Amino acid sequence: MTVDFIFDGLNQLFPAVAGNDFFLIIAMLLPVAALLGFITIYGFGVIYSEIKVSSFIQDKTGPMGQGPGLHAGKWGLLQPVADGIKLFIKEDIIPASADKPLFILAPFLIFIGALTAFIAVPFGEKIIIVDMNIGIFYIIGVGSLAVIALILAGWSSNNKWALFGGMRSAAQIISYEIPAGISLVVVIMLASSLNMQEIIAYQEGGLFNWIIFDNPFMPIVFVIFFISALAETNRTPFDLPESESELVAGFVTEYSGTRYAIFFLSEYANMFVISAVAATAFLGGWQSPFENFLNTPAWSVFWMISKTFFLIFVMIWVRWTVPRLRVDQLMHLCWKVFIPIGLFNVFAVAIWIVVIG
Amino acid sequence: MAEILFWFIASLTVLSAAMVVLNNQLLYSAIALLFTLFGVAGLYIYLWADFIAGVQLLVYIGGINVLIIFGIMLTNRISSVRLSQTNIQQGFGGVIALWLLIIISLVISKTPWYQVTSAEPSSTVREVGTLLMTKYLLPFEAISILLLGALIGAALLSREAS
Repeated sequence: MTVDFIFDGLNQLFPAVAGNDFFLIIAMLLPVAALLGFITIYGFGVIYSEIKVSSFIQDKTGPMGQGPGLHAGKWGLLQPVADGIKLFIKEDIIPASADKPLFILAPFLIFIGALTAFIAVPFGEKIIIVDMNIGIFYIIGVGSLAVIALILAGWSSNNKWALFGGMRSAAQIISYEIPAGISLVVVIMLASSLNMQEIIAYQEGGLFNWIIFDNPFMPIVFVIFFISALAETNRTPFDLPESESELVAGFVTEYSGTRYAIFFLSEYANMFVISAVAATAFLGGWQSPFENFLNTPAWSVFWMISKTFFLIFVMIWVRWTVPRLRVDQLMHLCWKVFIPIGLFNVFAVAIWIVVIG
Repeated sequence: MAEILFWFIASLTVLSAAMVVLNNQLLYSAIALLFTLFGVAGLYIYLWADFIAGVQLLVYIGGINVLIIFGIMLTNRISSVRLSQTNIQQGFGGVIALWLLIIISLVISKTPWYQVTSAEPSSTVREVGTLLMTKYLLPFEAISILLLGALIGAALLSREAS
């Protein structure tokens, strides 16, 4: 949608050379450049909030600013900048026994997976880079690139801890894709569309028209989706692939400097995508919670971003309060709890749609 | 530009497919297969089959290719095996390959291809869904039962082995 908008704008601005391919390339590159800028700024913001929220939850004195010299800048605002500079000027080490081409390929693949998903995320009523017919399905599809990237990172490092981490992450992501997918099937059934904007349009008219309040089963579906999505991002309580106390750092053990930073940034980018999908599918996307209240295209960006950031806050909150699961608990939760309940929900909502809806 | 992009995707598909066959390291072949499958997904988009392209991403890249890589890594010592890519009967094989090439080119040039004249459909997913639930319901259900049988069979076999 944004691509079309910029393309039309360029054509109107220069009618003499309207419709040439060069304009189309500009119209595609501009949103992607904006996206890269957004991810960088968002990365700094979310790292800062992670440090702050964790120190408030766990009562850490350093980042809370007890006394001078303990934190960078006012309120520790420069801490993410310092972290960023540190990561970018660090030496980039490739282990001698590593499989060099695959070792280099893995961070690229994971970042491509994270970045391409942003293309179908609706940031507002008029702001979505490409409004695809298969939007929600596309995001699930490109999300699967991350699995290959993580296995490759684990294997090419030629390190037992890294290999274990890669294997665990693959098993975990493949397993938790199923309950997350089943939950989204319910949403697709209700909205009868895969298009992100149409799913949001279905939830028009205030809080109680949101899909999460559509019928009594939807809150359960939302909880299953959110926990499964959390497991797919490899964050605590599901950070078994990089659990420090068992595997050093899992699949990122051998990575340093910029390559490590890319893994780090991709994790936070994935958090944004997943929260945005959850906000779109269950919490009304860019719709205002009250009918006819601040319901303009400009405010729609505010609603979308605030819903997404609330869910990101919940992820950070969970990370610093819940301890890590064991491997068998992880698999038990997915295959014996979430998938049966998820399948039951599909049937229940299907009957609800036919009988009541 | 669409044409340049098409040639880029087509050459990516063909070159990575050649890599799959010609590489002598099993894992590199599996990674090259990733790019082949990605290219095929791109070709589906040129046929306005966006849903099939999404399925290609999800099932082939997210499922099957991951399983292949997983299988290579879990199999003991297979990932370091160097595969020989030279054939003993090169002349004979070359003749057969040439003969196949001629036959396939003949088939491609002689077939009266169905040309789509209508404009791009606005929604493909709805059409696919309607057809699956009406005209092709029986094959769809038969495939579901077949896959369920395969799933249960695989679980049973792996149980007996341990």
